[in-house]
Amino acid sequence: MVNTRRPADTFLFITILNICVVTLRQNIKVLLREVLYLMQKDFVLEWRQKYAFNGMLLYVGSTVFICYLSFGLRGGTLGVPVWNALFWIILLFTSVNAIAKSFMQENKGRLLYLYTLVSPQGVILAKIAYNTCLMLVLALLCYLFYAVVIGNPVQDEGMFLATILLGAVGFSTSLTMISGIAAKASNSSTLMAILSFPVIIPMLLMLMKMSKNAIDGLERAASTDELTTLLAINAIVITVSYILFPYLWRN
Amino acid sequence: MQKNWWKVVTVLLLVYTVVAGFLNDVPRLAILNESIRNTYFHVPMWFGMILLLLISVIYAIKYLKTPTLRNDIISTEAARVGLLFGVLGIITGMGWASVTWGEFWSNDPKQNASAIGLLMYFAYFVLRGSFAEQQQRARISAVYNIFAYAALIPLLFILPRLTDSLHPGNGGNPGFSSYDMDSKMRMVFYPAVIAWTLLGVWILNVKSRFEILKQKLYEHAHA
Repeated sequence: MVNTRRPADTFLFITILNICVVTLRQNIKVLLREVLYLMQKDFVLEWRQKYAFNGMLLYVGSTVFICYLSFGLRGGTLGVPVWNALFWIILLFTSVNAIAKSFMQENKGRLLYLYTLVSPQGVILAKIAYNTCLMLVLALLCYLFYAVVIGNPVQDEGMFLATILLGAVGFSTSLTMISGIAAKASNSSTLMAILSFPVIIPMLLMLMKMSKNAIDGLERAASTDELTTLLAINAIVITVSYILFPYLWRN
Repeated sequence: MQKNWWKVVTVLLLVYTVVAGFLNDVPRLAILNESIRNTYFHVPMWFGMILLLLISVIYAIKYLKTPTLRNDIISTEAARVGLLFGVLGIITGMGWASVTWGEFWSNDPKQNASAIGLLMYFAYFVLRGSFAEQQQRARISAVYNIFAYAALIPLLFILPRLTDSLHPGNGGNPGFSSYDMDSKMRMVFYPAVIAWTLLGVWILNVKSRFEILKQKLYEHAHA
């Protein structure tokens, strides 16, 4: 396994270099201020329309409960691979539904107004950061509820939480861009699903493997390969979103 | 005729590939037996697909820089022909897998990766179909094309190296030299790769010229 880590590491290094070069070309201070303001706007909006967030919570809760009922279980009798797969599938569908609305709910007038004020890079970075926060909250609540209802076989809690963190970041980075693309089309909710699944599957496979290691309580070095690959995929997706979003934005 | 010499080369190489591929001597290996000849047909499909998808993504980038109808058409048609090569690659691979590995679908990381890759490009065509306006369709599908390609690369080249695969030369470094091919097989394999790839480019050439002409005809009909 010694020679297998090299390609992923080189890959990670190149993509991080890439991001540095791309970001340095912009005025970072201005960009950062824009991102913070836009995130604030999103948080305020979310707070004002609490029904959307509550809806997502209910979605997570009902899905977990449906899984519980349909497997007909009483605490902890689910095998570890099934437990793991079910958890990530619930999280995948939750995130697709939660992030799908990130561009669809913006009305035309507000988008036009934003267009005159801020740079497109600011918009996409703010959306990614906001969605990451949202996903983090949802994923942690999902884990909590899932563990309470179905049982918790996880042995290495710290590593499992780290996997959830990585998953939240990964899902939100790739799904944010996809939701921007899907929002432009007419049948956007179907498109959101079919466009995002192929992009997200490699990430999902890595995450499942990492979380399986955490559940089995393997030593943490066993997950290094998956960790670097996940970070590299995230880095690529963020860079590509950053570069491509301006083309999507102008209309 | 001077510009078309490569088409003659393509035809000659294809004839050579088929004739020599079926008639030449091949190493006698257990399990593989005569199915080793599939190397000349299955593997070049992936070379062709990667090249055509690369052309597609290059023209998508070109479209975002200079939005012309030509760039959009070439990008789309390259994706379409690349998809055809991918489907052929999967079919030839599945047949081969059923003979050597025992099942059509053996849960091999490369099989899974290529299936996901195909899903991605099917989604690309669904996305294209959902726009009525030509410019918006071209721009947004170009964005998705580049995004999907960037996500496909780690899939095809990194993931199979991290896990064990049934494919030769995997679970480590799938370098080309690790294919155990003797020099006689190379004599057919390299021309086969060139031939199938050139055929793909040829199909792309004809299809995109045809599409561009069609668009021109529509414009004149409406004017």
